[in-house]
Amino acid sequence: MRIGVPRESRPGETRVAATPKTVEQLVGLGYTVFVQRGAGRAASFDDDSYLTAGADVIDDAVWKADVVLKVNAPSDVEIALLRPGQILASLLSPALEPALIEKLAARGVTALAMDAVPRISRAQSLDVLSSMANIGGYRAVVEAAHEFGSFFTGQVTAAGKVPPAKVLVVGAGVAGLAAIGTASSLGAVVRAFDARPEVAEQVESMGAEFLRIDVADDGPSADGYARETSEDFDAKAAALYAEQARDVDIVITTALIPGRPAPRLFTEEMVASMKPGSVVVDMAAANGGNVAGTVAGQKVVTDHGVTILGYTDLPGRLPTQASQLFGTNLVNLLKLLTPDKDGEAHLDLDDVVQRGMTVVRDGEVLWPPPPVQVSAAPTPGTDVAPPAPMSHVKQPMSSTRKLGIAAAAAVLFLLVSTFAPAPFLGHFLVFMLSVVIGFYVIRNVHHALHTPLMSVTNAISGIIVVGALLQVGHDSVWVSVLAFVGILVASINVFGGFRVTARMLGMFSREGATR
Amino acid sequence: MSATLVQGAYIVAGLLFILALAGLSRHETARSGNRYGIAGMALALVATVLAATAGEDGSGGLGFLLIVAAMGIGAVIGLDRARKVEMTGMPELIALLHSFVGLAAVLVGWNSSYEQTPYPTIHDIEVFVGVFIGAVTFTGSIVAFLKLSARIPSRPLMLPYRNWLNVGALALFFVLTAVYLAVPESSVFVRHLLLGVVTILALALGWHLVASIGGGDMPVVVSMLNSYSGWAAAAAGFLLSNDLLIITGALVGSSGAYLSYIMCRAMNRSFISVIAGGFGVEGGTAAADADYGDHREITATGVAELLAGASSVLITPGYGMAVAQAQYPVASLTSTLRERGVDVRFGIHPVAGRLPGHMNVLLAEAKVPYDIVLEMDEVNDDLADTDVVLVIGANDTVNPSAAEDPSSPIAGMPVLRVWEANDVIVFKRSMATGYAGVQNPLFFRENTQMLFGDAKERVEDILKAL
Repeated sequence: MRIGVPRESRPGETRVAATPKTVEQLVGLGYTVFVQRGAGRAASFDDDSYLTAGADVIDDAVWKADVVLKVNAPSDVEIALLRPGQILASLLSPALEPALIEKLAARGVTALAMDAVPRISRAQSLDVLSSMANIGGYRAVVEAAHEFGSFFTGQVTAAGKVPPAKVLVVGAGVAGLAAIGTASSLGAVVRAFDARPEVAEQVESMGAEFLRIDVADDGPSADGYARETSEDFDAKAAALYAEQARDVDIVITTALIPGRPAPRLFTEEMVASMKPGSVVVDMAAANGGNVAGTVAGQKVVTDHGVTILGYTDLPGRLPTQASQLFGTNLVNLLKLLTPDKDGEAHLDLDDVVQRGMTVVRDGEVLWPPPPVQVSAAPTPGTDVAPPAPMSHVKQPMSSTRKLGIAAAAAVLFLLVSTFAPAPFLGHFLVFMLSVVIGFYVIRNVHHALHTPLMSVTNAISGIIVVGALLQVGHDSVWVSVLAFVGILVASINVFGGFRVTARMLGMFSREGATR
Repeated sequence: MSATLVQGAYIVAGLLFILALAGLSRHETARSGNRYGIAGMALALVATVLAATAGEDGSGGLGFLLIVAAMGIGAVIGLDRARKVEMTGMPELIALLHSFVGLAAVLVGWNSSYEQTPYPTIHDIEVFVGVFIGAVTFTGSIVAFLKLSARIPSRPLMLPYRNWLNVGALALFFVLTAVYLAVPESSVFVRHLLLGVVTILALALGWHLVASIGGGDMPVVVSMLNSYSGWAAAAAGFLLSNDLLIITGALVGSSGAYLSYIMCRAMNRSFISVIAGGFGVEGGTAAADADYGDHREITATGVAELLAGASSVLITPGYGMAVAQAQYPVASLTSTLRERGVDVRFGIHPVAGRLPGHMNVLLAEAKVPYDIVLEMDEVNDDLADTDVVLVIGANDTVNPSAAEDPSSPIAGMPVLRVWEANDVIVFKRSMATGYAGVQNPLFFRENTQMLFGDAKERVEDILKAL
């Protein structure tokens, strides 16, 4: 089958749906790839590099391909170029753009929405929302640094001490975490807030301080309290934002709820309370913004000198990287569609990932998909064993019982010793001490040395040869023969055991040691 | 040669043996540990040979000749076996060597039953105990050897009332010992008969003990037999009033027992139930044929792509790697990936393979640097941050049901939590179950992909694709 990669038509779009590297992978899956002339120019991929990677560079004919890979949803002009039976994969925002879905269905195509990938671990490799959010979070910090008039990192120089910038990241999703990581690697003091307290660990792992609010959670509250708690939460969060706004230099907001306007988190007063020169990056600008005064796609400077960046094309500002990640997500999609690597795409609607992404199949609207079970449910019907307290876990013996056993053993031994001959007790002392020594000596043995240890102890236990040595050559022929055999087999042990241990130990080498 | 000089030599030898064991517990000192062991053995042998042959009581020239002949033959056989053995065949060799100690102990016991001693009662008991332990070690090791070398099937032998058989044999042993003590020394025939019966009883018990233990528990069995062989030597020491034998036997016995205990703890098994033969007697019923869903396959090229894009890779080898002799390709895969800057590590489950430390020996043979070969506990917490896990021929040691399904027969056994990694590739010959006979839900996880075929060939395919 042929894959077409058209030039993006949306003004300002710099990304492209395939890079030379992903073209190679697509060709490896058995496809013939056509790239529109100049498609990768804005992302620094020239036509020659696509040719080298195995694609054909053509003009508008890319739209005739069997599979069309795009970044943005097609425009009306482009939709008119589609033909029935084609497969289109791109961002489609099916939840927000029902009209677009209708238009695609009218053309009889199969449309896969890259932004409708089910959020399950297997589908992560196709999830462009994550990969783009990651880039966006990084770029948000870079944009903020660009506008910010000072260092991010604190320094003590001959010209004076520089305090580190303080960054507040609101929303610890993929974008928020990427922003936290970038800002802290630039040296800033980073704080983060998220309504989900469970992400605190992730935030802290990225090097930021997680801000907590103290919500009066009265446990299982009676009816009507739920809403009140949420109001309480909002009020406390607002207080937190107000307090932080006065303190921090950079604010990056990433709070987005899919398919709904972005929540307004920072009021005008809060923005006004920020220090002049502070920067706010509102990553939710496209959906209305989290910050009062945000203008989508614009840089706004308030009367107080606070810069508010409402850029909506943050991933597109890293076009090379964004195209590469987007392209790889598309390659992973095609791998899923082409299990046999024969260049034939088959849509398998029984697969939850493919079903979730498919908004139109051959002109039939399949949106919205049935809900996906995020985790595999336990197999129903099987006899669920009663979760008995794990009988396998050993109960440690109580110390009184231990003491009792020890005392009993001691008494028993004392009884035995009354009747035992003196030499026996002497030997027994040696025996007992050796047992204890043996126990302590190998107590901390390295796990890798278990086998050599065993073969060396094996060789040593060949010491039993001593017994046979003392018996050989005595009067009785019978005794001598038995002793002879004893010496023979024990010698195999002694010599073989030491030799094989030496051989094994010779193999253990540390890296860089003589090989 | 004066008796005290021999005693002195024995003391020095005993000390050298302690140093040998202590040295063997760390990589840096392991080689010198082995040398201490050899030195101790040489000293003890020279002193004993001199004491046994020289002097008025000595066996003289004939004895010396016999000793040299026996030791010479033994040395040739032993050295030859040690030189030729494949590292994958190490478990068999060690099991076989244990059987020799057991046999020697039996022979020494029989021989000393003829001796006259000032304390006949305790001596008779010592003879019986020595022969008994030696014979159990002998047949037990032979069965372990046969099982490990796949000459007999490794599944556990399930006789009815098997625990009672073991207890009964032990009880019979005590009765026979009492009878032996009661029989006067003059009735030589009866005493021989009793000793013969005990020998046969112990041989049968040793056979049954190990035959009823499944192949999956072999690492424990081998180290347990190691311990038994030590006790056998110690019993011989009591018999001959020889402190060197007692010291050495006790050292080997207690260290082997402790090693078995470590293994048992790693498998969450009761130590007693393993040494008493046969585990999992009361194991839960495996939810047979439950529907686990479908597994997904991947090709070698697919794995190569995954590995090329990964920044951290963990390899968990199992017995399957040993069977396929895949350690060399695995080692070159490791060095290839490391040259590319991928963080490659090995996670070894304590009971991977059929011998304690089996995997480490194989990897060392293939020159994998030992500082990237880590223990289960060292890697388990990092698994969630690992990109790709390659499970090469391991099954039960990576089975999530041990951690998640209380009704599973292997419930509670600590396992490598490989399923927490981003991607898991399982190398396997087929969808068959592991030694524990338990299905592995890991294979049906969303992040797991199966690579079927011979592990060695598949790893080589991946190397080519890289």
